[in-house]
Amino acid sequence: MDKNKKKEPLIHITKRKEISRSREWAIRLGSILIALIVCAIITTLTTHLNPLSVYASMWEGSFGSERKMWALSKELSILLMVSVALAPSFKMKFWNLGGEGQVLAGVLATSACMITLGGKIDNAPLILMSLVTALIAGAVWAFIPAFFRAKWNTNETLFTLMMNYVATQIVAYFIIRWESPKGSGKVGIINSNTEAGWLPYVAGKQYLLVVLVAIVVTILMYIYLKYSKQGYELSVVGESENTARYVGINVGKVIMRTLIVTGLVCGLTGFLLVAATDHTITTTLAGGRGFLGVMVAWLAHFNPIGMVLSGLLIVFMSRGASEISTAFGLNRSFGDIITGIILFFVIGSEFFINYKVHFRKSGKEAADA
Amino acid sequence: MQNSNTPAVSMRNITKTFGDVVANHKVDLDIFRGEVLSLLGENGSGKTTLMNMLSGIYYPDEGEILIDGKPVKISSPKDAFNYGIGMIHQHFKLVNVFTAAENIVLGMEEDYEGKHIRKGRLDIETPSERIREICDAYGFDVNPNQKVYDMSVSQKQTVEIVKALYRGAEILILDEPTAVLTPQETDKLFAVLRNMREDGKAIIIITHKLHEVEAISDKVAVLRKGEFIGELITKETNAQEMTNMMVGREVKLNIDRPEPKNPKPRLEVSGLTVRSDDGLLKLDDVSFTANTGEVLGIAGISGCGQKELLEAISGLQDIEKGDVIYINDDGSRESLIGANPIEIENKGVALSFVPEDRLGMGLVGNMDLSDNMMLRSFRKGKSIFTNRKTPRNLAQKVVNDLEVVTPGISTPVRRLSGGNVQKVLVGREIERAPSVLLTAYAVRGLDINASYTIYDLINKQKERGVAVVFVGEDLDVLLELSDRILVLCGGKVSGIIDGRTADKNEVGLLMTRIGGEKIG
Repeated sequence: MDKNKKKEPLIHITKRKEISRSREWAIRLGSILIALIVCAIITTLTTHLNPLSVYASMWEGSFGSERKMWALSKELSILLMVSVALAPSFKMKFWNLGGEGQVLAGVLATSACMITLGGKIDNAPLILMSLVTALIAGAVWAFIPAFFRAKWNTNETLFTLMMNYVATQIVAYFIIRWESPKGSGKVGIINSNTEAGWLPYVAGKQYLLVVLVAIVVTILMYIYLKYSKQGYELSVVGESENTARYVGINVGKVIMRTLIVTGLVCGLTGFLLVAATDHTITTTLAGGRGFLGVMVAWLAHFNPIGMVLSGLLIVFMSRGASEISTAFGLNRSFGDIITGIILFFVIGSEFFINYKVHFRKSGKEAADA
Repeated sequence: MQNSNTPAVSMRNITKTFGDVVANHKVDLDIFRGEVLSLLGENGSGKTTLMNMLSGIYYPDEGEILIDGKPVKISSPKDAFNYGIGMIHQHFKLVNVFTAAENIVLGMEEDYEGKHIRKGRLDIETPSERIREICDAYGFDVNPNQKVYDMSVSQKQTVEIVKALYRGAEILILDEPTAVLTPQETDKLFAVLRNMREDGKAIIIITHKLHEVEAISDKVAVLRKGEFIGELITKETNAQEMTNMMVGREVKLNIDRPEPKNPKPRLEVSGLTVRSDDGLLKLDDVSFTANTGEVLGIAGISGCGQKELLEAISGLQDIEKGDVIYINDDGSRESLIGANPIEIENKGVALSFVPEDRLGMGLVGNMDLSDNMMLRSFRKGKSIFTNRKTPRNLAQKVVNDLEVVTPGISTPVRRLSGGNVQKVLVGREIERAPSVLLTAYAVRGLDINASYTIYDLINKQKERGVAVVFVGEDLDVLLELSDRILVLCGGKVSGIIDGRTADKNEVGLLMTRIGGEKIG
C-alpha cells in the first residue's frame, strides 16, 4: 500500500447555513442537560453528596419561598435593566464595558439628592429630582466616551473601562464626605428615619415597582431596537460604518445618541438601586452587573426579550450557588464551580448552533452535534 | 518523469454537499503535465469548491483524487503542499510588513531540498538565492528584499506564485488571477505561465474572461450547477460555444450600445482635487462632463482615483478644490460640493451609486433583502417607526424583475451569490429612478449571465436618459459599452476618447501615462 495513504480526518467542522428555531433550542437545552450531568458527577466525586439533593437545594435557593422569589425577581430586574441598557451599544458594535460606571453615576446622583435635600423638600419632588439627575448623570457618563469616539475615533473599550474607575473613585470620595456615623467609612442607610426619597411600595411589595419598571423598559427597548428608525440606524452603523455613511447616516451623531440611550437606562438602574432596593451607596453597588450584563446581552443576541431568559439563568445560578454553599456547609467556590460549568456548556452550545461537526463515516450516517 | 499519459491529477466521481446544497456532483477532471487547463463556469457552478478540495481546504464527501495515478487523501493544505499542489487565491495571503522572501519562507521549516533551515536562527540568504533562481528560470520580476506594502497588486500576485513554486508546487491552481491586473500585466503573467508549462508543470486557471481562456489555455473544462459538462480543446472551440456550454442555452455575446438620444450635459466636474487622509494626492485637477442618455466609461489601473472620484461626486469624500455641478432639465445649475448624500437627495438630485464594495458599503450583509431596500427609504415619513411594508414590496419586485435567486426576501444578503448580491444592489439603486447613475466595477466577480443582465440594466437606464458613469476594469467591456471613455492615471485624466473608435491598445497605453507623458 502507498505509504502516503492517509485516513479521512476523524472530525471535520462546517458552518451551518440555516438552522431551525426548534433545533436551536434543542441544542441549548441539551447542553444544559449535559452540564447538569457533568456537575452531578463532579459533585459526587468531590463532595460525596447526592447531586439530586444539591440541585434541589439550588432550586430551593431561588424559588423556595415567597421571600426568595421576590429576591430573585429583584435581582433579575436590576440585571435585566443593565443588560437592556447595554444592548443598543453592543448592537452598534460599540464595546461599552462602562455599564458599571454608568450605573454608579446614577447611584451617586440619587444619593446626592437624597442626602442633601432629604427632609428639606417634599418626597414627590425629591424623588422626581433624584430620577432626573440620575438619568442625566448616567447619560453624561456614557456620552463622554461616545463623544471622543465620534470625534477622534478613540478606543471605546479602554475608555469606558477606565471611566468605571473614575466613577468608583468619585463615589469613594463622596462616601467619605457623607459617612455616617462618622469614622465608619460608609454611608449606611440613607434617611433611615424619614425614608425621604425612598420609592413607595406598590401593592405592599417592596420590589414590585422595580419589576414593573424592568418589564416596561425591556419592552420599550425591544420596540426601539426592532421597529424604530433610530434602532435601524444604529444596527446599520454596527454592521458597517461605510454603508451608514453611504446612505447619509451621520455616524458620529448616531454613536453619541445611542450611548445617551444606554446611559439613561443605566442611570435609571442606579436610581432604582438607591431609591428602591438598597437605600445606600457603596463603591460596589453596581456589583459587577455592568460586566455580567454584557454576557446576558450576548447570550440573548441582543434581543431584550431573550435577555429575560439568559438573565434568569445567571441569577438563578448565582442564587442557587450561594444556597448550596450555606445548606451543605461547602466552600463558596463550590457554587462558583457549578455555575462555571453550566455557563461553559451554555456558551459552548452556541458553537454547535453555528457549526456542524461531522465524524468519519463508518457505515452509518455521521452523528450530529 | 511520469508517463505523459498519466494525468498529474485525476479527480474521480467527486461529490461535495453543504447541507442541502450540492456544490459538486460526480465530477471527473484530469490535468496533465505541460498543460494549462481553464476551468469555466458561472458563479456557483462549483469551480472554487472543486479546487478547494484539491488544495486541502475542503474534503470531498465522495470520490477519489489521484496524483500521478496513485490515490491520495488530501485533508489539509499541508497535505496538498506535500503532493506539490499550490493554489493562488483571489485574496492574497501575505504579511504586509514582511519582505517578499520573508513571506515566501513563512511557516516553512525545511528548505526546498528538505534541509532544516531553522535551527533557532532565521536564514534569509539561502532562500533569497533560491528565489532569484526561480525568478530567473520563469521570468518573474521579484526583489526578495522588497516589503509587501511597497508592492503593486501584480507584484503581490507574483510573490504568491513564487511562494507556491518555492514550496515545490508542480500543480498550480490560479483563482481568477487576472481580475486585478492591467492588460499589460496580464500579458506578463501569461508569458510566465507559458514558461511554467514548458517546464512540465500542470496549471489550472479559473477565469470568467473568455478571450483569456483562448489566449492561455490548452484545454477547457466546463462546470455547470456543480456538474462536469465537458472538456474542449481550446483551439477547436470559440467563445460562443464555451458560453453556451457554461450557461446551458444560447446566449447572445454582444453588448448593445444604443445611440445616445439627445445628449445634454448633466454633471459637470471641474478641477476636482482630492487628497487622502495621509495627504496623498488621489485626484488631481479632474474635469469632465457626463451627458444624459450616455454611458461614460472610466478606465484605469485600480487605485488611480476611480473610487475617490465617484465618492466625491456622491458626497462621501472631502475635496480640496474643484466643483461638481448638477444641471437640471431646465438648465439651472446646482453645486453638489460639501453636501452629504442626504443633502444631495434633498436638493432634488436623484443620484444613485453602486459602490465597488457591495457588502461593505452598498449593502449590509447581515440584514435581509427587505431591510437592505430600506437603507435608502427608511427616513421617509414623520413616524419614529420604520415603514416595513414598502421595502418588503420593493424587495419582492426586485427579486421578480431581476430574477434574483434567493430563498426569500428575509434571507440575509451575505448568503446570496455574488451576482445576486449585485442584482439586489443595482435593483435598489435603479428603483430610485436616478438621473445620474454611478457604478464601480459593476460586474466584478460576476459570471457571464449576470454580467449581461447588468449591462442590459445599464443600457435601459441610458435609454431612460440617465447619465451613467461606468467604472470598469475589463477593457473589452468598456470598449463595447461606453459612448466615451475617460482614462485615469495616477489621479489625473490622461485622455477622454470616443468609445466607438478607440482601440484597446490606445486605452492600455493611456492607462500608464500621466497626462500623456510616459512614467518611469
